[in-house]
Amino acid sequence: MNLQSVADVRSALDENNYLASDGLATAVFLAISLNRPLLLEGEAGVGKTELAKVLATIRNSELIRLQCYEGIDAAQAMYDWDYSRQLLHLRTVEATGEATSIGAEKLEGQLYSERFLIRRALLQAIDQHSGVSPVLLIDEIDRADDEFEAYLLEVLSDFQITIPELGTYKATTPPLVVLTSNRTRDVHDALKRRCLYHWVEHPDFDREVEIVKRRVPQVAETLARQVAAAVEALRKMQLYKPPGVAETIDWATALGRLGVGELDESVVQATLGTVLKYREDHERVRDNGVATLVKQAFERGLYSN
Amino acid sequence: MTARSTQSLAMSPAHKMAVAFARILRGAGIEVPLDSVIIFVGALSKVGLENRDDVYWAAYATLIRRHEDTQIFDRAFTVFWDQLIAVDTSAYEQETESVTLLIDSEDTNNDESNTEPIDDDENTIALRFSSVESLREKDFSAYSDAELREAEQFMASLKLAGPPKRSLRLQKTNSKGSRHDIRRTMRAVLRNDGEPIERYWREPSTKLRRLVVLLDISGSMEPYARALLRFMHAAVVGRQRVEAFTLGTRLTRITRELANRDPDRALARTSAQVSDWSGGTRLGECLQNFNNNWGVGSLARGSIFVILSDGWDRGEPQVLAEQMLRLQRVAYRVIWVNPLKVSPGYAPLARGMAAAMPHIDDFVEGHSLEALRELTEIISRESHESKTTRKVVSHA
Repeated sequence: MNLQSVADVRSALDENNYLASDGLATAVFLAISLNRPLLLEGEAGVGKTELAKVLATIRNSELIRLQCYEGIDAAQAMYDWDYSRQLLHLRTVEATGEATSIGAEKLEGQLYSERFLIRRALLQAIDQHSGVSPVLLIDEIDRADDEFEAYLLEVLSDFQITIPELGTYKATTPPLVVLTSNRTRDVHDALKRRCLYHWVEHPDFDREVEIVKRRVPQVAETLARQVAAAVEALRKMQLYKPPGVAETIDWATALGRLGVGELDESVVQATLGTVLKYREDHERVRDNGVATLVKQAFERGLYSN
Repeated sequence: MTARSTQSLAMSPAHKMAVAFARILRGAGIEVPLDSVIIFVGALSKVGLENRDDVYWAAYATLIRRHEDTQIFDRAFTVFWDQLIAVDTSAYEQETESVTLLIDSEDTNNDESNTEPIDDDENTIALRFSSVESLREKDFSAYSDAELREAEQFMASLKLAGPPKRSLRLQKTNSKGSRHDIRRTMRAVLRNDGEPIERYWREPSTKLRRLVVLLDISGSMEPYARALLRFMHAAVVGRQRVEAFTLGTRLTRITRELANRDPDRALARTSAQVSDWSGGTRLGECLQNFNNNWGVGSLARGSIFVILSDGWDRGEPQVLAEQMLRLQRVAYRVIWVNPLKVSPGYAPLARGMAAAMPHIDDFVEGHSLEALRELTEIISRESHESKTTRKVVSHA
């Protein structure tokens, strides 16, 4: 896939049913053409992770995902040695009597060779020699400890990993790196400086309608508009967890499965659990009146603004 | 490569534009490191200089690193772009010098030399000590500026550890039977010529709990706010995993501003960041804002949560009660520090305070250094019986 301009990127994303805003398309284009990691922040469910998946499809390359969590370290993110197999190998060598003949030094060399190396996500992404470089998704970087970011610095700036026993691995073509963060803490500036930054917003009404139509084709235009309108209204309601695009799609899918043609009060009551996940949020919507919500959705759904 | 071309006198329009815009952003208070400007130049060479939107998004992606800066960025960009249209770009000709200037200023920034006077004369130490002693019980509202400075040192000496939290990270241990540390075992095997003599173990380690401090800066708190802000500064600088916010008519995150070791600089930056000093109070709404955007999702989870406020709230007490309940569900411990608590005959009658009371684990004073010392003790206390009793209450 040839991505020579912002417009190329946008239409490629579009073909894969990912409707990106101008800002996001520009950021992706720059990340590709400048070989820079892209740091995406934004509310949960606005499609940060999805973008990485779609990019992998567009480039026809592998998607390597590193899910971060508290306590993740180099052994889980870069590489590790397969200790059990090393022990087994030792035993075998001993049993066959080979050990004495080859000597300690050579034996150690055997044990710390690529044969016993477990490649984790980062090493996989860098040690690629065939085809298009992969898309490396480092998901929820804010969940990892600060110290882990220091590991990432070397990897993300030079795209290389050094293993003391084996030497340095360097990417021939650097992977396309997408980092996501939910901002449970500030990512360190040193890491941010190496990245391009984009804040992913909730889509506007028309784009959300389009997303629903693309993702849930069995849903008719009217219903798609109504669902998008209802979600838009919900987001203005000061909820604990305003619904993201992921919830909109879930809701539309649920309605499609139920064979609903248009929103009405009882349908909304019954399916609200696909959109709102807090009891308090349900109460707030009920207090505001489900009927009002349906009415808003109905009106917004009828006329194109 | 791009940096080198800057040295030659002829600057391309992209260079001029990038450097000029970076200067405007810096003037507006956004930190723009030099390497970001260089990436911006690279980005401009890819998207061109003609289309406003392209330039905007290229600048956004390369120069901005925090969503909070977006508004300032928008305004700066509008000013910049309009100027660019009005004035010929050659107006930015003299910008070459400013590049060197910037490197200088960055260096001084990085060099975090804390210029505290280190006069280790015994007399001065004794003097200071005694004056702090006499300040111990004094109400913050009666402090002079000089006394505030004295108090700073005492605050810096307070240790805010708090009970640790179980971490997922594993550490070495001597106790058997937890988890096998095959990596170390293997290394030992190699050392012993392939003989597995000893097995090694690992167990989960512990880590510091996050400490979240919210300071009420409304008019009624004014006599205490300046002293308590220094306390927050001491906390942010002296301990890891601290988050600081101010509450007034709005919520402002000040962790970054307070992180400077020099108290004067830190306080100056904070004052500039916070726009609602000594205004009204909307505790409930601020807390709601905090819960929605920071707290419940992550920051407050498992944290020691401290609110410094007198509990005067102009908003609906119902909102505050609801938000305190949410907070208490996720926080490890909620501590409310009220400087008014010390006054004789004080009862938590302020509407906000009364609404919040059922959802607080510890209710303490905060009017003097001695009170703050007690606060640190409460924060560090391992057992928290109040938590269990409170749980029963909230279920009833």
